[in-house]
Amino acid sequence: MTKDEHFEWLLWLADDALILAQRLSEWCGHAPVLEEDIALSNIALDLIGQSRAFYAHAGQLEGLGRDEDQLAFFRTDRDFRNLLLVEQPNGDFGDTIARQFFFDQFALLRFTHLAQQSFDTEVAAIATKALKEVRYHAAHSAEWMIRLGDGTEESHQRIQDSVNRLWEYTGECFESNSFQTAAEKANVLPHAESAHQEWMATITNILSQATLTVPNSTWMQKGGRQGRHSEHLSYILAEMQVLPRTYPDAQW
Amino acid sequence: MNQSSSDWPLWEVFVRSRQGLSHKHVGSLHAADAGMAISNARDVYTRRQEGVSIWVLPADAISASSPVDKDILFDPANDKVYRHASFYDLPDEVKNM
Repeated sequence: MTKDEHFEWLLWLADDALILAQRLSEWCGHAPVLEEDIALSNIALDLIGQSRAFYAHAGQLEGLGRDEDQLAFFRTDRDFRNLLLVEQPNGDFGDTIARQFFFDQFALLRFTHLAQQSFDTEVAAIATKALKEVRYHAAHSAEWMIRLGDGTEESHQRIQDSVNRLWEYTGECFESNSFQTAAEKANVLPHAESAHQEWMATITNILSQATLTVPNSTWMQKGGRQGRHSEHLSYILAEMQVLPRTYPDAQW
Repeated sequence: MNQSSSDWPLWEVFVRSRQGLSHKHVGSLHAADAGMAISNARDVYTRRQEGVSIWVLPADAISASSPVDKDILFDPANDKVYRHASFYDLPDEVKNM
């Protein structure tokens, strides 16, 4: 694997976590109930912690002197490699939970594999720590899927709408491209196709417990891994980056 | 204030901070069911490493003594000092007594 390829999939891990964390942070002070407000903020903080570790590692590997802040705050939307899924707006609480549910189940597969590989031992160490957090995130979002799906008529309909709306963004988690292939050859990332099957089996199982229907559409959005994002990412970055870009030497 | 039927019930939360200590009441929260109450308790009350174990129980399952009964419940013990465990010297090794 070349250094560029190595750097690239490290960015996937870091950018997915950071952008989703930024989205979840928007709930802080606005969630439907206090308890869930704290839960979503906790998850956001876990994800920020993960992204920091991956950015720091990626920056060292790159060797150009870029640290985690440089990578998070001084790249433009075209440089970001996150999934389109994680930049989708929060919508209502159901949209946020459905987005989280799809991502958590994907993250669970990815971190389980990363924790066991020996190609990059630093990533294995980060993943081992992150896996505990991700297991909790996955339990949290799955419980909410079941609660909302198997809840009232209104909650059932609304969470089914969220599932249908976000479905076209799930394919990208298992996209095949040259970087993915290189990472598979080095046995760092899970094989896209088999991970997709495993993910689908879990999703199907939990959605059926939630009395929800798995969408049968197979048309999928893509572009995030190539830096082609929806319009939402620029707005996220504008808000997230404005301070360090305006005051590059600002200190807490 | 009337509690509307759509509100989640109240749960009392008890956290054991270390092995060997008893669970201690830390506060309350709202949740739809016991599983959700534990998960909320984890987020609300143990985010700074406060605990190794969590108990939750429905607040309405607790029966409390009435303040009016304070005299008959507690006063009789006041003048029976021989029942108080204050005459024993505790070795330093015994913590958390």
